Amino acid sequence: MGLDIRLPIGLMFGVLGAMLVAYGLVADPAIYQRSLGLNVNLGWGLALLAFGGAMFHFGRRAGKAPTT
Amino acid sequence: MTLSAIDWAIMLVYLVFVLGIGVVVKRHTRSSEDFFLAGRALPAWVCGLAFISANLGAQEVIGMAASGAKYGIATSHFYWVGAIPAMVFVGVFMMPFYYGSRARSVPEYLRLRFDEKTRALNAVSFAVMTVFSSGVSMYAMAKLLQTLKLLDSPLAALGLPAAWAFHLSILASACIVLAYTFLGGLTSAIYNEVLQFFLIVAGFLPLVLLGLADVGGWSGLKARLPDGFAHSWQGMGSASTNPMGVEWFGMVMGLGFVLSFGYWCTDFLVVQRAMAAHSISAARRTPLIAALPKMVFPFLVILPGLLAVALPAPSAPPTLQAGDSASARVQSGIVPPKLDESGRPVVDKNGKVQLDYDLAIPQMLLHYLPPGLLGLGLTALLASFMSGMAGNVTAFNTVWTYDIYQSYIRPQASDEHYLWMGRMATVFGIGLSVLAAYVATRFNNIMDMLQLVFAFVNAPVFATFLLGMFWKRATGHGAFTGLVAGTLAAALHHGLTLPSGAEAGVKGGWLGMLESYPSEMAQNFWTAILAWSVCFAVTIVVSLITAPRAESELVGLVYSLTQRPAEDDLPWFERPAPLGGIVLALTLMLNVVFW
Repeated sequence: MGLDIRLPIGLMFGVLGAMLVAYGLVADPAIYQRSLGLNVNLGWGLALLAFGGAMFHFGRRAGKAPTT
Repeated sequence: MTLSAIDWAIMLVYLVFVLGIGVVVKRHTRSSEDFFLAGRALPAWVCGLAFISANLGAQEVIGMAASGAKYGIATSHFYWVGAIPAMVFVGVFMMPFYYGSRARSVPEYLRLRFDEKTRALNAVSFAVMTVFSSGVSMYAMAKLLQTLKLLDSPLAALGLPAAWAFHLSILASACIVLAYTFLGGLTSAIYNEVLQFFLIVAGFLPLVLLGLADVGGWSGLKARLPDGFAHSWQGMGSASTNPMGVEWFGMVMGLGFVLSFGYWCTDFLVVQRAMAAHSISAARRTPLIAALPKMVFPFLVILPGLLAVALPAPSAPPTLQAGDSASARVQSGIVPPKLDESGRPVVDKNGKVQLDYDLAIPQMLLHYLPPGLLGLGLTALLASFMSGMAGNVTAFNTVWTYDIYQSYIRPQASDEHYLWMGRMATVFGIGLSVLAAYVATRFNNIMDMLQLVFAFVNAPVFATFLLGMFWKRATGHGAFTGLVAGTLAAALHHGLTLPSGAEAGVKGGWLGMLESYPSEMAQNFWTAILAWSVCFAVTIVVSLITAPRAESELVGLVYSLTQRPAEDDLPWFERPAPLGGIVLALTLMLNVVFW
């Protein structure tokens, strides 16, 4: 099938997660008035980063395994 | 609304990946089977997620939240009654015939099982329908972007008038979908649907969690909802005691049986995703795997609608100077009123302010998400529009190329020629959709009427497949006459009935007035029930008076003549029947919990 879909999913969520984390670290906390005072960018960014990392890991592991 | 740079950056990352997948997949797309059926090589979980994503278009995400805001938890019937049982049925019972017969499309199965004319009827009506649905999807997206004024500031920066937002959205969505389906065909569309599935979860889950935390959890939400909104079944005994205006029998038979099975079991848009699986057992697992997330999707798409009405209204609710009574007021939450062209709230004939429920989801996104997550939420919304379109486009190019072009226009051409034709069909399919989107802006009624005609054509279809797969005596003449009779019955029923409060015309009653229904939904469900029953009866009668086909020709196409697929070598959790049982038991539990 060529491309394992877990690789692009992992990459994309990794990039999006990293962007949200970085933005969450530098952005003015005043923007979190909407989100009940929580820095959701940082929190959710970390969650996406973890998800992306897991997807990428499983995609790579499957790619390396000998094909049957 | 103006977006921050981070929001645009997130959208851009998504676009890069969408197009990148198309480019990478193109290298592996060499034959027409690669292009139209993804080489029949995909794992079950990928097909399963694409199976629900293809259906998760604009109408679904916006519409289900809107319906949640309008009717409450009862909207979950569209999932727990109107989708899951049918998905289990198609996986356990029907997929062996679709996949096992090696048919390349649903209309092609009809030709193998019945005859050429039944296939032609199904293929042509399906092709027309997909083009128009993707046009409607495009139109809805452009309209929404226009209402949100999302593109106004970038347009202003370019020195273009804000009115171009509509054209720009249509053009951009058409070009993006065209690019990745043209390059990689079904594989590319399916991969993007999987990507979009995760994106929707990533974009909407924080919204739901924040909303629930804000109103004080589930019990806090229940306390703030209007009467009857917190129960799915209570009050379904009679049409007058629930917000949907439909009684349980009409709902279960019309929605849960006829419409749901007609869509999930016979619509090539979804069945195509299962046909792309690498084996018959993976194809059967596809809808069952899809059913698991589908089961919890109400929490992601209906709940935001409920939260939107439960929140306190931002300012005084819109009221009218004259004739404003308690009954004229609706709990609106943060759902804004519908505005007419001069910007005044639209009022129905009882003086009730009409709310623009389609804005429930966008309003929630703006209410809770800060820059950053807002970009993610909006990207999820755009992704859902595009995958809904791409689903229609890939189904269209397959049916066009195999069932119309190869069958009636140019048989016996080389495989490369059909691959080329598939790419061309993608181009003119999207071109026609753009045209349809503009027709929709000019003549709103035409779209309503077309959707009505599609509903008439679709309503009886499941009777044909049910008899075709499970009754070997059913004949081609029977199937064709049954379909035509069922469609006519649907049209006739619609022409003779009217939902209460509606005017005769596109809502019904254009032939006369025989019966009045408490709501439009009740009328739709009963139209479907009647169409199905007429098709079922006529197919049986005509089949019995026409010559049957030899049983040897029907092996692999009919249940009683086909060997059950062997599944002894599979672990229990990969077997369709136990999986289906688990899915149904969980669904039953959800129905009881939210009774």
